[in-house]
Amino acid sequence: MASKVIVVGGGLAGLMSAIKIAESGHKVDLFSLVPCKRSHSVCAQGGINAAVNTKGEGDSTWEHFDDTIYGGDFLANQPPVKNMIEAAPGIIYLMDRMGVTFNRTPEGFIDVRRLGGAKFSRTVFAGATTGQQLIYALDEQVRRYEDAGLVRRYEEWEFLSIVQDDEGRCRGIVVQDLKSLEVQVFPADAVIMATGGLGMIFGRSTNSTINTGSAAATLYQQGAIFANGEFIQIHPSAIPGRDKLRLMSESIRGDGGRVWVYKDGKPWYFLEEWYPAYGNMVPRDIATRAIFKVCVDMKLGVDGENKVYLDISHLDPKEINRKLAGVVDIYEKFVGDDPRQVPMQTFPAVHYSMGGLWVDYDQMTNIPGLFAAGECEYQYHGANRLGGNSLVAAIYAGTIAGPKAIEYALGLSKSSADLPPTLYQAAKTREDERTAAIFKMQGQENPYKLHQELGEWMLENVTVVRYNDRLQATDEKIQELMERYHQIGVGAGAAWGNQIVPFTRRLLPMLHLARVITLGALHRNESRGAHYKPDFPERDDENWLKTTKAEFAADGPHFSYEPVDIAYIKPRQRRYDVAKEVTMANA
Amino acid sequence: MPKEITFRIKRSDNPQAASYWEEFKVPYFAKMNVVAALMEIQKNPVNAKGEETTPVAWDCNCLEEVCGACTMIINGTARQACSALVDNLEQPVRLAPLTKFPLIRDLVVDRRVMFANLRKVRAWIDIDGTHDMGPGPKISQKVQEAAYELSKCMTCGCCMEACPNVNSKSKFIGPAAIAQVDLVNSHPTGSLQKEARLEALMSEGGIADCGNAQNCVKACPKNIPLTRSIAKLNRETSTYAVKRWLGR
Repeated sequence: MASKVIVVGGGLAGLMSAIKIAESGHKVDLFSLVPCKRSHSVCAQGGINAAVNTKGEGDSTWEHFDDTIYGGDFLANQPPVKNMIEAAPGIIYLMDRMGVTFNRTPEGFIDVRRLGGAKFSRTVFAGATTGQQLIYALDEQVRRYEDAGLVRRYEEWEFLSIVQDDEGRCRGIVVQDLKSLEVQVFPADAVIMATGGLGMIFGRSTNSTINTGSAAATLYQQGAIFANGEFIQIHPSAIPGRDKLRLMSESIRGDGGRVWVYKDGKPWYFLEEWYPAYGNMVPRDIATRAIFKVCVDMKLGVDGENKVYLDISHLDPKEINRKLAGVVDIYEKFVGDDPRQVPMQTFPAVHYSMGGLWVDYDQMTNIPGLFAAGECEYQYHGANRLGGNSLVAAIYAGTIAGPKAIEYALGLSKSSADLPPTLYQAAKTREDERTAAIFKMQGQENPYKLHQELGEWMLENVTVVRYNDRLQATDEKIQELMERYHQIGVGAGAAWGNQIVPFTRRLLPMLHLARVITLGALHRNESRGAHYKPDFPERDDENWLKTTKAEFAADGPHFSYEPVDIAYIKPRQRRYDVAKEVTMANA
Repeated sequence: MPKEITFRIKRSDNPQAASYWEEFKVPYFAKMNVVAALMEIQKNPVNAKGEETTPVAWDCNCLEEVCGACTMIINGTARQACSALVDNLEQPVRLAPLTKFPLIRDLVVDRRVMFANLRKVRAWIDIDGTHDMGPGPKISQKVQEAAYELSKCMTCGCCMEACPNVNSKSKFIGPAAIAQVDLVNSHPTGSLQKEARLEALMSEGGIADCGNAQNCVKACPKNIPLTRSIAKLNRETSTYAVKRWLGR
């Protein structure tokens, strides 16, 4: 019997899940906020990691695994990470067969570059728009299954909530058509969430405007556990803008870019001086803290501002065009200078959430029948993600979530078709009423301004350097914003094409999730990966080698902690000034 | 007095409603782009006359010109609002929705037809399955570089807007989908099914509807050599048609 699975999210993880399900002959309804080709995956620049060893450097999946665990400061459960790393070369070859225009070596093999936290070149890339190229290939494969009648796409529809049966199982979703704002309910035997990151909680970030985290946050409010929320990656290099902080890929450093500021009138390559073993190729958390120290503590930022030089002016312009044209174009378009001639000026920006929905090794959340894949779940990056690992994690999680969702659905004693229609009617009524209630909001607050205020507080207090008193104050601020939320006015605009009503709906779950991030950071009195507290500067494995699990309650998030599965590699001190200690696979 | 930038925005509440122009004044800031200005209007939906109004609806997502969402007509030209810097624009800045697609509201249009066209031309590679079969064929740097130029198409619609042969009376699939046929047909594996795509290009609304105005290549924000793909596929469909006729 064919079962019905729903995938929410049209980025890499969602598309790969949908392909796996359709390929096994089952039907998929695929929902996406935007046409899939416009998903945030398009913004990934540098590449996708796999130990393909096409440079003969002696790379291996064990080295990639060890770099990932070490780079994540030992917070990731090791078995799923190991499985992902071992699957990575196969994923590259699959994407290659789908026609992704990966850069090539002179002999015609797939070319690789180096990214941070690695001693080997293991990042496969398509210019500096790798994510865009990967998603276009997967989107076309999904279109092929659409043509075969196995996939139905609902693009520009928004996920509102899941439907749960009496046993608490996920049995479908309620969604809203973003044109008419009409609410509909879709039954399913399993649901896969692939709704991406949450950068918009920080106001401006390198994320796209759809990355509000509100889908995951809504699930948290419905009982799904949110894990490691406090681990937010700050990318070392972006260009500031009023609307967005635009990413300048790590591959710029990977291909020879150098970071410096003036000190005593001379260029000072501080990463190279402080981290001789890795130089400009230290992981993102390390580079970001170094830049913060140089700009904020030592006040050596360019023009006295929080900026450093990212310099490729010494590189061969032909090589720049071949490998970095995508990012160099962005810099030229938005800043106006040519990075081939003058050093770029960049500063760190919120980039990625290591935390996300808690999932088991089959990608299933604590709600039976509800799966999660991609940036919206927490599983693969520990306390800090290595550049190039997000794309492989998103695609890999899709290859697991799809088949596991089918397996789960086939094992059900009752299909969603056997459930009483009243279950679905009640869910639709709940969301219809919620929509009507938002239309009635006619207070004095502007939701976009409230969002801006949230972002300013989060950016100031919950990013690179964290202090408990400021975290506490931020949580109080978020609660104040939650109060003021009820005074929002959405105006008198009609439903058709209305954007302020859906935005207002998203804002409340975002505020709830902001508390999870902030309080998670407040409680964790240690420094690990991207989470850094000057008052607790050391990693504390005895007390904190644990996954944070946040559960929703009326009085705010409740936290519990779960030990990390360190089945393969014993935690050791993480440092990048000297070469990493060698570990071995115990055959 | 702080400098203000005037925006004249063509608005419509829905596809049936009459459109109207509304003016907004936004305080200038350095490196202001059109998207950032629209965001300021969201936060303060008051028009130049000082009247409260509804916030302007528009599409956007990545804000760095890789997703294609925020395409609109800015001072008469179809382009992305994120990369339109106000310093480089004539003022008042005029914003209008694309005209070749059904209107939703204000600056938002429905570009689903572009994705439907990709399906029509079968712009995918027919892989046997996702199981592990090792790498694909080896490809030269030269071939990869040419393919990469075509694969940057973000389905934004600028070429459709510029093309005189894309209009409400025509079924022409437009330049973007044709270039994607070139991309897939140039791939060693994709070429194994190239006839199916050539057939699609020879059907109603296909390549024969191109009037060779060559506007598309100038309109493309990613400098995709659209006319080169069209010329190449014109030749290939002609050759294929002759062969098909002879083969019968």
